[in-house]
Amino acid sequence: MAVLEEDFTLGGLVPGAGLDGLLGVEHGHKADLFLVTDRGRTVILYKVSDQKPLGCWSVKQGQTITCPAVSNFQTGEYVVVHDDKVLRIWKNEDVNLDKVFKATLSADVYKIHSIQNTEPLVLFRKGAVRRLDALLAEPQQKIEAVISDEEVIKWTKLFLDSNQPVLIFVTEKHGNYFVYVQMFNPHNLCKYTLLRGEEEPVTLSFAASVNERLVTLLCLSCNGSIYETLIPLNQSKPEEKQVLVTSLLLKTYVSGNVLKGVSLAILDKDHVAVMGTSLKAPKESISIWNIKFQTLQTSKELSQETSGQLWCYGGKLFMLHGKFLTVIPFKCEISSLAAALGKLKHIQAPGTQTVSHFVNWGTFQGDGLESQDSNNLAPLKGQSKSSLRTRRNETRSQLEDLTNREFLSGIKDASEKHLEQQLSKFLTDKRTPEFQITVGHIVTELVERCKAEPAFYPQSSLVQLIQTQVLSYSLCPDLMAVALEKRDVHLLQLCLQQFPDIPESITCACLKVFLSIGDDSLEETNVNVESVIGYINFAQDEKMGKTEVVQNGFSPVLLEENNFEDKLNKPDDTMNTTLTCPVTPQKAALLNAILHSAYSETFLLPNLKDLTVQHVILFLQYLHFLYEKCSENASMTLPGPCPPTLNQIMDWICLLLDAHFTVVVMIPEAKGILASLYKFVKAQVWVYSELNKIEGSLQQLQKLHQQRNMGLYSIEVLELI
Amino acid sequence: MGEFKVHRVRFFNYVPVGIRCVAHNHQSNKLAVSRVDGSIEIYNLAANSFQEKFFPGHEGRSTEAVCWAKGQRLFGAGLGGDIIEYDLEQLSVKYSVDGFGGPIWSMAADPSGSYLAVGCEDGSVKLFHVTPDKIQLERTLERQKGRILSLSWHPSGTHIAAGSIDYIAVLDVNSGSTTQKMLMDKRHPGSQRRRCVVWGVAFLSDGTVVSTDSAGMVQFWDSETGTLVQTHPLASSDALSIAVAEKEDSMVVGTAEGTVFHFQLIPSRSDSKQSRWVRTKPFQHHTHDVRSVAHSPTALISGGVDAHLVIRPLMEKVEVKSYDAALRKVTFPHRRLISCAKKVQLLLFQFPQRLELWRLGDTDAAGKNEDILPLSRNAEHLLQLKKKGPENICCSCISPCGSWIAYSTASRFYLYRMNYENNSVSIKRVSKVPKFLNSTLQILFSADSTKLFVASNQGSLHAVQLSEGALKHLHTFHPQSGTLEAMPLLAVSPDGNWLAAAGMSSGVSIYDLKHLKPHCTVPAYNFPVTALAIAPDTNNLVIAHSDQQIFEFSIPQKQYTDWSRKVQKHGLHYLWLERDTPITHITFHPKRPTHILLHDTYMFCIIDKSMPLPDDKTPLFNQLSLREASENVRRRHAHAFKISKKFQPLLFMDLLDEGTLVAVERPLEDIIAQLPPPIKRKKFGT
Repeated sequence: MAVLEEDFTLGGLVPGAGLDGLLGVEHGHKADLFLVTDRGRTVILYKVSDQKPLGCWSVKQGQTITCPAVSNFQTGEYVVVHDDKVLRIWKNEDVNLDKVFKATLSADVYKIHSIQNTEPLVLFRKGAVRRLDALLAEPQQKIEAVISDEEVIKWTKLFLDSNQPVLIFVTEKHGNYFVYVQMFNPHNLCKYTLLRGEEEPVTLSFAASVNERLVTLLCLSCNGSIYETLIPLNQSKPEEKQVLVTSLLLKTYVSGNVLKGVSLAILDKDHVAVMGTSLKAPKESISIWNIKFQTLQTSKELSQETSGQLWCYGGKLFMLHGKFLTVIPFKCEISSLAAALGKLKHIQAPGTQTVSHFVNWGTFQGDGLESQDSNNLAPLKGQSKSSLRTRRNETRSQLEDLTNREFLSGIKDASEKHLEQQLSKFLTDKRTPEFQITVGHIVTELVERCKAEPAFYPQSSLVQLIQTQVLSYSLCPDLMAVALEKRDVHLLQLCLQQFPDIPESITCACLKVFLSIGDDSLEETNVNVESVIGYINFAQDEKMGKTEVVQNGFSPVLLEENNFEDKLNKPDDTMNTTLTCPVTPQKAALLNAILHSAYSETFLLPNLKDLTVQHVILFLQYLHFLYEKCSENASMTLPGPCPPTLNQIMDWICLLLDAHFTVVVMIPEAKGILASLYKFVKAQVWVYSELNKIEGSLQQLQKLHQQRNMGLYSIEVLELI
Repeated sequence: MGEFKVHRVRFFNYVPVGIRCVAHNHQSNKLAVSRVDGSIEIYNLAANSFQEKFFPGHEGRSTEAVCWAKGQRLFGAGLGGDIIEYDLEQLSVKYSVDGFGGPIWSMAADPSGSYLAVGCEDGSVKLFHVTPDKIQLERTLERQKGRILSLSWHPSGTHIAAGSIDYIAVLDVNSGSTTQKMLMDKRHPGSQRRRCVVWGVAFLSDGTVVSTDSAGMVQFWDSETGTLVQTHPLASSDALSIAVAEKEDSMVVGTAEGTVFHFQLIPSRSDSKQSRWVRTKPFQHHTHDVRSVAHSPTALISGGVDAHLVIRPLMEKVEVKSYDAALRKVTFPHRRLISCAKKVQLLLFQFPQRLELWRLGDTDAAGKNEDILPLSRNAEHLLQLKKKGPENICCSCISPCGSWIAYSTASRFYLYRMNYENNSVSIKRVSKVPKFLNSTLQILFSADSTKLFVASNQGSLHAVQLSEGALKHLHTFHPQSGTLEAMPLLAVSPDGNWLAAAGMSSGVSIYDLKHLKPHCTVPAYNFPVTALAIAPDTNNLVIAHSDQQIFEFSIPQKQYTDWSRKVQKHGLHYLWLERDTPITHITFHPKRPTHILLHDTYMFCIIDKSMPLPDDKTPLFNQLSLREASENVRRRHAHAFKISKKFQPLLFMDLLDEGTLVAVERPLEDIIAQLPPPIKRKKFGT
């Protein structure tokens, strides 16, 4: 969990620092020192841990600082620009800025960038970039215009990526944004057009980070959404008119409200800080979001107004809060899912379109999440690849979105036939980015209607939808309930096979239905019997429905014959009939689906107790049959495609016996099975005990071998127990 | 329980010396074994074949024959030409008498034990009369042409059979003349004629002389007629030795191929009284020449160049099927050859001719059971100290601080001061050694290395204060009146207040070092003591006996401890009692007063006195199964005897500090590698 710690102020600011904000907060020479430049005439050097200013410099009355002061890490000097063109360079010892080094440049400076280990870079209003030392060598050199007249630089940042400085700045012209990436060695400027959706609101703030030749540019729009743009740095030649696509990264809903007057700062790989006001709550707040898991980590209300500016340096957020420069230290832990189950409580207004109810993890964050929607998300998944998406594609998906919405509303009243047609049409050109979400919506709508109208049950449509393989139990929890109600075993089988997250109670309910359903009614359903064809002989089974012929097969005579066993065998001859499948192949296939489903013992056991005795016996008989079948071959597996494994069979036998043991021991029909299972267990115990016995000898043999090559002297460890 | 770093030392390059002769004393059931270097060991077959006495070797004295005479007096003779009587009480040479016949090759005592016949290089057989305190030359029998390599008395004591080269002579003791000469067959297989050496003869009461010779034959001669009665070709190489049971119904022959053949007198027909000698069983327990065999009433005993003493019980003679019925192979001495300076991690190895000082290595690593840790420093050979004079080293000791080394031969005591200066060792002999120290059997330093205790062969114990310049005699504890028996086992308590000494038959005496007076004696026990040690703090004396019993005796209270009584009442595990090597060293854990650490040649054991004793139904060697078991099972099944058989054959094991052990192993393969090559025999398929 990310935490915002107690804030503190950095002394009173000099008058003149109004709410129009500061020019900037920049790193000083040491980690704890920060240069704060206000919009007036003053530069103050603060030591943050001591909360006090170490130095203060002002330009003459009448002059205005136009660019935040920075420190030149190479020389230990400070650099500031006043009146757009006049460069001042001074040292800590200097008192009066009038008397320090001065250079007048030929063009207006937008910002001086200085970071550790590089020469400061000067960005001019018209987009040109110069190294400070080069500039100082010839202050009056001609500065070319890089951007067009109407373009205005909105935001800029300098990075160091693999020891190469990368300067990025964003310009705006008539509401369109352009991104320039300036690289050095070789001098290389790339221009990109920032493509945004039509409805996208005005961008308020930018932030960027760089990682492995890939710049991530985050834009915060006034509706509180954060958009992400990926800019690869490794493009060799500058191409004309490159287009960058933004994608929605995060919607910062706080209590369903849109933020206003916002500012954005990247805290680390997974966390961003967002500052702003929401419409409902008049007070500004600052919040930390986890962008990986889309959760709000922490949030803090600010009692006074801010200038809407936010800087982040080394674990501290700086902002102008009221009249004071406030520092809020923060901590971000490595994002884990557990920690990310954040603070955000969705309080949804009932009427709103809740498209984002289904979080499509794949579209937000490619890495780490397996995406089924492969053709669309591949570029994002490997982020280093090109992230360019064509505009056409984008608009198309939006168009689709529209049709989907229509389709959804149609569900409410269309007939089953009509629905089916519509659905197949929809599914044929599937794989839109929101496919999974749309399918989820459709299923939910359908199930809703099924619940509302008992007569309505579009089985084939539901089957079609399940077979898209994008659904899960949690996406449509009511679907299985409806199917259970309708005793639609085919659908249940499909669900059991497809859904990874069925609760144990539902699994048990399915089991109950499967065991209780009549064999003749199963004949008509088209249950997939693929998993049983390997080991149940259909013809024989049908023919010998009830004749119960003994097959000559494996019988585990590992143990010396037990007397009581003979006694047990006499009253009922279930032992002899073990190799005849006690259930029809259809039922067997259904039960196999149960065996394959995932479960947790603790939750399954109480539910299993609900089974009736007959069902338990039947299921036990079937499991026992499976076990016997398994034992027939040496590899202890069943033939055929995806049969139940021996472990599954054994686990279920144990579970079933655990749940019903007292009952099962009382029933005469179960005695045969119990005896057989007992024999098996005893044999296993015997085998293991025998193995244990020889273990020592085998180890000794190994040691004997080791002792062969011993030298004249060694130090060994001897333990006596 | 405990995890130890074990310094596993295999560089103690000890090779047991080959056995030259074995002689069994029927009266006391003791066995005298002489080795090639002249040393003699006495084994008590009644006491679990414990090697209870030892006489160090001597360069000028190669024993070719030993025999018992006059009850339990032991004589030896060798190529030096002297006949030596050994004092079995004081463990020293009583006297030596020149045979005046050149090197002596053979010796035999007459059945009454009052005469010794000696076969000499010059071909004479000399007869010595055994008087109560000496032997006297009685007469010289008729001189033969060649050296007399073997001798045997007729049970009546009237005739002697003497084996020489190519013939056997039968001599009349009374007249001294040769009565019969039996020539060996010179046409024995082989391309050229070789001389046939008669390695062994045995004179049976019916007048039959049995000979073993270099042709690999066992031949039966009629001494009356001088005719060959029976021939058993045993081997293509020499048949070296022969011994006959007292009852003359069985005999044993050793060959150069390492095979021992058993001959038995078996009735030729079931009803008839006639019987004949039949070769019944071959035993292959040796890899090399079997130089000597002996026949005890119940066992065949053999020894040879490979240095193993093999005691093979004859099953038909064993009435109770006890553990005595098992084959016993004694390879290593039952004495300690190694002493250890715990603090500085030095090991002193005692060889017959030299001492070696080694510094143990080191490791920084830690590990779990069975791990071999990487060495940060390897073990280092610091010093080799060669003995002076012809006498072999009899005992040695290094002080716990590592700065004193003492060793002794049969007649001289040597003390050295060691100095370690930046990895170099300097050594200085302490020259002024009191005279009384010159017949030392055992040396022991006190735990603080300030005192030296010496057991002399007169049975007295000397305590000496050590200092840089000279030695200061503190006290001499004299044996109780009447006994002169040597006390070759010593133990001093870590606090320096008590000294315990054990002799072979007189039991354990405890002396008070503070008041310099005898304190008490431990109640006598039938079996000899094999090891003893005094525990720190409690001053409990732990005594191990050759029948594998362990006693714990509280010195301050002068009585056995409760635990000892409990052990005696409960009885030891049968597997414990059936071990066939004695416990040779006992030590204690400084931090765990309930632990006793001891070892024999094939196991190392920690006895935890706080744990329950195992009964015969519980497995004794349960470490492996416990290791596999869960904590619960462990707690249920663990018992007092924690035994590790990982280190074998184990010559020495001691605790260096709380978590470090040193184990000196001497793998048999390494010994075999240093023996001369055995006679190559064709095996099937090779």
